[in-house]
Amino acid sequence: MKSAVVVFPASNCDRDAAVALEQMTGQKPVMVWHGDSEIPDVDLIVLPGGFSYGDYLRCGAMASQSRIIRDVKAKADKGVAVLGICNGFQVLTETGLLPGALMRNAKLKFVCRPVGLTIEESQSAFTRAYAKGETVRFPVAHGEGNYFADDATLDRLEGEGRVAFRYAEGENPNGSARNIAGILSEKRNVLGLMPHPERVVDAALGGTDGRRVFQSLIETLS
Amino acid sequence: MIEITPQIVREHGLSDAEYGRIKQLLNREPNYVELGVFSVMWSEHCSYKSTRAHLRRLPTKGPVVIQGPGENAGVVDIGDGDAVIFKMESHNHPSFIEPYQGAATGVGGIMRDVFTMGARPIAMMNALRFGTPDHPKTRHLVAGVVAGIGGYGNCMGVPTVGGEVNFHSAYNGNILVNAMCVGIARQDKIFKSAAEGAGNPVIYVGSKTGRDGIHGATMASAEFDENSEEKRPTVQVGDPFTEKLLLEACLELMATDAIIAIQDMGAAGLTSSSAEMASKGNSGIELNLDHVPQREENMTAYDMMLSESQERMLAVLKPGREDEARRIFDKWELDFAIIGITTDTNRLVIRHKGEIVADMPVNALADEAPVYERPFTRRPALPPLAKNAFDPKRPIADSLLQLIGSPDLSSRRWVWEQFDYTVMADTVQAPGGDAAVVRVHGTNKSIAIACDVTPRYCRADPFEGGKQAVAECWRNLTSVGATPLAVTDNLNFGNPERPETMGEIVAAIDGIAEACIALGFPVVSGNCSLYNETNGEPILPTPAIGGVGLLKDGTRHASVAFKRAGDAIVLIGETKGHLGQSLYLREIEGSESGPPPPVDLGVEKRNGDFVRGLIEMGQVDTVHDISDGGLLIAVAEMAMAGGMGAMLEGPDGIAQLFGEDQARYLLAVPHSIAQEILGDAKAAGVPAAIIGFVGGTGTHLEVPGMTATRIAALKSAHETWLPNYMAAPQ
Repeated sequence: MKSAVVVFPASNCDRDAAVALEQMTGQKPVMVWHGDSEIPDVDLIVLPGGFSYGDYLRCGAMASQSRIIRDVKAKADKGVAVLGICNGFQVLTETGLLPGALMRNAKLKFVCRPVGLTIEESQSAFTRAYAKGETVRFPVAHGEGNYFADDATLDRLEGEGRVAFRYAEGENPNGSARNIAGILSEKRNVLGLMPHPERVVDAALGGTDGRRVFQSLIETLS
Repeated sequence: MIEITPQIVREHGLSDAEYGRIKQLLNREPNYVELGVFSVMWSEHCSYKSTRAHLRRLPTKGPVVIQGPGENAGVVDIGDGDAVIFKMESHNHPSFIEPYQGAATGVGGIMRDVFTMGARPIAMMNALRFGTPDHPKTRHLVAGVVAGIGGYGNCMGVPTVGGEVNFHSAYNGNILVNAMCVGIARQDKIFKSAAEGAGNPVIYVGSKTGRDGIHGATMASAEFDENSEEKRPTVQVGDPFTEKLLLEACLELMATDAIIAIQDMGAAGLTSSSAEMASKGNSGIELNLDHVPQREENMTAYDMMLSESQERMLAVLKPGREDEARRIFDKWELDFAIIGITTDTNRLVIRHKGEIVADMPVNALADEAPVYERPFTRRPALPPLAKNAFDPKRPIADSLLQLIGSPDLSSRRWVWEQFDYTVMADTVQAPGGDAAVVRVHGTNKSIAIACDVTPRYCRADPFEGGKQAVAECWRNLTSVGATPLAVTDNLNFGNPERPETMGEIVAAIDGIAEACIALGFPVVSGNCSLYNETNGEPILPTPAIGGVGLLKDGTRHASVAFKRAGDAIVLIGETKGHLGQSLYLREIEGSESGPPPPVDLGVEKRNGDFVRGLIEMGQVDTVHDISDGGLLIAVAEMAMAGGMGAMLEGPDGIAQLFGEDQARYLLAVPHSIAQEILGDAKAAGVPAAIIGFVGGTGTHLEVPGMTATRIAALKSAHETWLPNYMAAPQ
């Protein structure tokens, strides 16, 4: 599986994503600069966590207007898998590749902690290695992860099986609508999620629950 | 140009004698720009004029020390050609005036000190002291400081992995915000600040210069009074986005060999960076301020030389390498300007709008700053604790619950959950343990980091308190299995012009020196913050010690949480029941009396080396040092962390359970290993005893003479105090 990681100014989980990808796939991802106009031919594009453009204006808003994002959109439209983690999820909603928006956490504070997540949907390129309904643990680390969309959109997401991850009961760290932690695009080739699977691939750091996101992708895309 | 009057000299914080000395060094009257430059270079903050004579007593050399004090940060050998680079620095005065920006720029400043030496920062810590919880400003200050640290550190993508928080009335008018940064570099790619050679271009990179922070260093060198809030304009405003770009751009430039010297513009900005670089390089520097990137119009030379705008660096390049460097900063969309040249004149010459506006000998600025042997008095030792200092019949369970949920012992989760402590994906031990453990990226080698000082001990006996701060830091590193390597110190005190305060400084430094020598734990960097007092009320003497240790194999480390029911709980070290200056006495009996526990450094070393050996051999994975609150608090913390009960058999009575005797550890190990450990301990002359076991009923902490207490009740008291306090209305 060939992959690329987009680097925006002040992306800060770009290295973490690259290390996890290399560890899981055995291949180094291509690091693509935000000012470039084209992403090389890959199976997976990762928009990493961080504070792209300093979160100025609105999280993800400036990145959604960057030069490289045009090609991300074009490739997503052609069916290339796109994984947006944390700030990457914010960029995906700002570009319109995913519906809804990510608002300030309900308690108005940044929150970093491991949270329980239930796998709502195992019928996707990103989650097929998980069992539907199982609970896993990923860390979150964000100030704006409070997912919001109107009821019609939320109903549609749920109806179409596009809610991939939900915070486990009582563990929602940000007040997101219907405990949503991660969603899929209509064509199911784009996933955005606030928790960080790339931080739980190494047993030495206390957990490996995130590995199966990458295993799912390898199974699907290789 | 403005004429220099005695009034203006005083406003610059210079004494008549100091002004006389400046005239003598220049052989004339200084002009206004020169006066400004001298005032910041000779401020307490930049010159260490009250402490320099005493700091010389600290041990700064050792087999692993690559760079001791004098550079932007200390550098220590961790093997395989790698080096750990670290420093701790205060941002106390600005954080009291504007907590968010004060704390944020404190984090930014210490990160620059580390990456200017070529290191990628891998971990941050902080040591925070606030006034009493019921003081009207405390809640606002806690909220602002924590948000500021998180706001900057999280954006930088460097994990903030721990620290300490205390509350005491002595900090009501002067909070302490000390931030520590730890970075990793290759030993052959370490950058220093000596601007050697003449004719080399001096470049300015990073943010534009504005009028913010003018005289910040001078503010940090004076006491506060009721008008201090008016100093808000001297607090700088941070931009972590620019700093993140600056970090990446600097590391990219450092990967080339274009740099001769580089230094961040911290306190006293362009002035101190240029003067210090020229002084260390035994050269001169000529600056043309017309080329300085400016954020505001009509800035004077005085404004530019004294601005403390953040996120700026000054570097000297090899001639001909300017375009290569410019391309890197263009890529990161940062300002880049050639603003001067090095000379062989040993003078700092500043031009602006075609005129020379300042011309001063470099050594007068950097090396001729006054050094004061200020008069000091030593405090007499406190008498032993009175026999009736505590009520021996007071119910132990009630005291335990009260202590575990008290401001100084309750969980700091509310604080550290606002910090991204897992970014960079190398955090092996998160906040909440004795020391944080962070892996050296791409290896199994790990760095342990801890920050410690017990200010109430330092007030009671600054010498023993200084020793204890070092010993506790060393012990915390040992508790996770690390070999302690070296320390950075952040010496926070009141006004050194008071003999009693100066006495605290001198004694604490003596204590730190003695402990660092005995434990082989040299000081490689540090910072002094004096004049921490408001309306004549000084803070508790607070010499914070930031220690760094190495785990050669990070997979073998210990943590505080109980892991297996049935494990024997082994106490290492001797319990005499020392209650003087204990938290028990303060929180339960309302008395801050008696001498602090004495620290026997030989015993510390012997016991610590023994415990570390057990972890290194893979025999022990559960260790907690015994400190604030004593043995019973330590057992409770291990039980809460592991979600398991415990039954104690050995210690008995208030003094045994809550005394704060030093050099002690608790281990939890399977019974067969416990017997072996007792045998080994006897052979090594280390006091060791099995005092109970993990489990018991599974849900309770059971101790002779104490009502059994549910772990859930302890956890509730422990976890709720801080969030409830912060959520309460003003």
